[in-house]
Amino acid sequence: MNNPLRAAGLGWAASTSVFLFVIILTCADAFAQIAVRGRRVHTMAGVSIENGVVVVRDGKIAAVGLATQVTIPEGFRILDAAVVTPGLIDAHSTVGLTGIFNQPHDSDQIERSAPIQPELRAIDAYNAREPLIEWVRGFGVTTLHTGHAPGELISGQTIIVKTAGDSVEAALVKDAAAVAATLGPQAMKQEKGQSPGTRGKQLAMLREQIVKAEEYQQKLQKAEPDKKPDRDLKLETLGRVLKGELPLMVTAQRAQDISGVLRLAKEFNFKVWLDGAAESYLLINEIKASGFPVIAHPPMMRAFGELENASFETAAKLKKAGISVALQSGYESYVPKTRVVLFEAAVAAANGLSFEEALGLITLDAARILGIADRVGSIEAGKNADLALFDGDPFEYTTHCTGTIVNGNLVSDKPN
Amino acid sequence: MRIKSWAALCTILTGCAVQGQVNVQAFVGAKIIPIAGSEIERGTLIVSGDRILTVGPVDAVAIPAGANRIDVSGKVLMPGLVDTHNHIGGIGGADSSAPIQPEIRIYDSLNVLDSGFRRAVAGGLTTLNIMPGSGHLLSGQTVYVKLRGGKSVEDLMIRDADGKPMGGLKMANGTNSIREKPFPGTRGKSAALVREKFIKAVEYRDKVAAAKGDAEKIPARDLGLEALVEVLEGKRIVHHHTHRHDDIMTVLRFAKEFNFRVVLHHVSEGWKVADEIAKAGVPCSIIVVDSPGGKLEAVNLVFKTGAVLEKAGVRVAYHTDDWITDSRFFFRSAALGVRAGMSRAGALKALTLAGAEMMDLGGRIGSLEPGKDADFVVLSGDPLSTYSKVEQTWVEGKKVFDRSDPKDHLHAVGGYGAGNDQTPYLCCAEQEEAAE
Repeated sequence: MNNPLRAAGLGWAASTSVFLFVIILTCADAFAQIAVRGRRVHTMAGVSIENGVVVVRDGKIAAVGLATQVTIPEGFRILDAAVVTPGLIDAHSTVGLTGIFNQPHDSDQIERSAPIQPELRAIDAYNAREPLIEWVRGFGVTTLHTGHAPGELISGQTIIVKTAGDSVEAALVKDAAAVAATLGPQAMKQEKGQSPGTRGKQLAMLREQIVKAEEYQQKLQKAEPDKKPDRDLKLETLGRVLKGELPLMVTAQRAQDISGVLRLAKEFNFKVWLDGAAESYLLINEIKASGFPVIAHPPMMRAFGELENASFETAAKLKKAGISVALQSGYESYVPKTRVVLFEAAVAAANGLSFEEALGLITLDAARILGIADRVGSIEAGKNADLALFDGDPFEYTTHCTGTIVNGNLVSDKPN
Repeated sequence: MRIKSWAALCTILTGCAVQGQVNVQAFVGAKIIPIAGSEIERGTLIVSGDRILTVGPVDAVAIPAGANRIDVSGKVLMPGLVDTHNHIGGIGGADSSAPIQPEIRIYDSLNVLDSGFRRAVAGGLTTLNIMPGSGHLLSGQTVYVKLRGGKSVEDLMIRDADGKPMGGLKMANGTNSIREKPFPGTRGKSAALVREKFIKAVEYRDKVAAAKGDAEKIPARDLGLEALVEVLEGKRIVHHHTHRHDDIMTVLRFAKEFNFRVVLHHVSEGWKVADEIAKAGVPCSIIVVDSPGGKLEAVNLVFKTGAVLEKAGVRVAYHTDDWITDSRFFFRSAALGVRAGMSRAGALKALTLAGAEMMDLGGRIGSLEPGKDADFVVLSGDPLSTYSKVEQTWVEGKKVFDRSDPKDHLHAVGGYGAGNDQTPYLCCAEQEEAAE
């Protein structure tokens, strides 16, 4: 009905065939057909491949294997790299809501007007053209779990995006990935008379809201259509957490705050992603029993305040205990405005983890925790063609990321 | 000069003619990176008391009889790192009462038991310039310290030939020091206030000189102006925080106008004015962080600054600015410089000798040469590799960090109990938070 060709008077058959031709052209343009040859390919699905090839067709991985066994189709653009890994996944960032200038106009990661605002949606605040996205993309990062930052009791929702695309819609992988919460001093008010001002009050306020959300759900189910309660986006969102549709991602660094999260989750039976978790190594058994994954703080995050006991070995200790763990770039209020998960995983690799274990923290393990492992996180046929190319060991500071491929497109080829 | 031990006295008075009484240690078999001269594949370092006696290839250096032989085969040995810009120790410099406070001495505020010092030796740092912050045009006098261990700042101070504690003067321009009254509101006002103060110092110096010791004519003592007169006389180096290219040029203009010695610090946009900096002959102490931005004037902070400055012929050192970057990752700064095109030799010098020279300590520390202080680190591998560990740190012939000691290991990697004694200084983080 809105077809301009038909409006221009062309017949049905002609307009359809021209239309199809346009679609084919557009696809060819959007998805470069690429083959990546790597002296070593870390697929994260089985052992790494020496002298491997990854064939990328129409935005997806078409084939991966030994160079001697995988044929590169004619006309495909060939890229060479010393090391090829899956596109890197930053399991918790605020980039896109956080901006490079750190000024009010580009700082949307935290809303200070109230301590509990689960209704704030990251999709409404994500700036797909933020320069920091291009920066992390230059280190091989292809997927970001980003959104409202730690700093309020419940600061808002998060989303999962790819690091390419000029709008949030183009970049979006998953809207409403989690609801972000914070326990401990970071989410306490200093002003007299403002709440929460203590840990006891933080938990009391969370319980109060959760109980309200439970009651709201019950009223919604019972009431006659005309007696339904007014729509309440805050309680609706918390209801999704209680129904298990969304995890509550709780930033808690001190052991006592991590214990608080576990207690609350047990009491109300909801799903948690433990975030930051600087002292999680003190609660290995309790966390393992909970079954909750840990999105651990960046090892290089400044060790002061509630992170004063942070350890470079946290990820190693959690992983060795069989706990699901991923690494994040975290949130920085000052410089550097974002960290880079590649560098953080490098520190983990130098402190108790093997190369592939450390790489897992920013690829497949992260994808599994975020619930997107069917699409990203490893180099397997059928998955999104998200790849990172390096001219050496990716964890060496002197190595460059020579190419980043998102959905089959080479989106970054100038090394940072 | 305070003499700590008979051994030290012996070294000073006799040049160690009675070497038998001095502790002589031979570190044998490591790859040695002396900074002064090329790398030695298998070398020996001989330490006598608190000084370096000899350094050279294993087969060219005789180990003195009675020396304590320490096998460091397979390791890498290089000078202790020199950090020209550091804020550890729970410091508190100038307060919010005025933008220019040269009378402040940072050593009056140091808690030397702070765990930041333990992390610093874990990172291989042996000499620091501890500075007050950058939220002022002039926030006080800095102090040069050796990480000898000890319970008071006096134990850590580096002293000059007259026994006076050494240090510089911290200044800043750009946005950090632009604040509400009584602080300046613009760059023009910032410069006007600094110029006014320096003119006062010039007049003070001239009045003191004109009085020729006459108690009647000599002006009332002014401790702040005294520090500035030391700057005018070249005895105290200005360590100047500056990011944006135009702010960098403002510092160069001042240094020329009042003829003072200055080191540019951070120099985020130094790559835009590298030739101008080279022409002025002013050295740069730079920082690398994981991403640009975080504040307006750091939006163009890039990894290539070291490489660009090096190529322009500027003397370059790296600094941690700890707490901005953690002292345990100081080697990483040089590695990121090499990543962006800096030479390996230049980058390693930028962690050691270049910084020492920017603190007038180039004759005493920063390289492994006979007669210099025995400050060095033993590494498990190449200094630029992510996987390398600082295994030992030695200051003046004494081991101050040993990764195999659980107490030291705790501070090297973190863990429960590694925390701090005092809230650390982080310039302007609170301001930025408030601005949100």
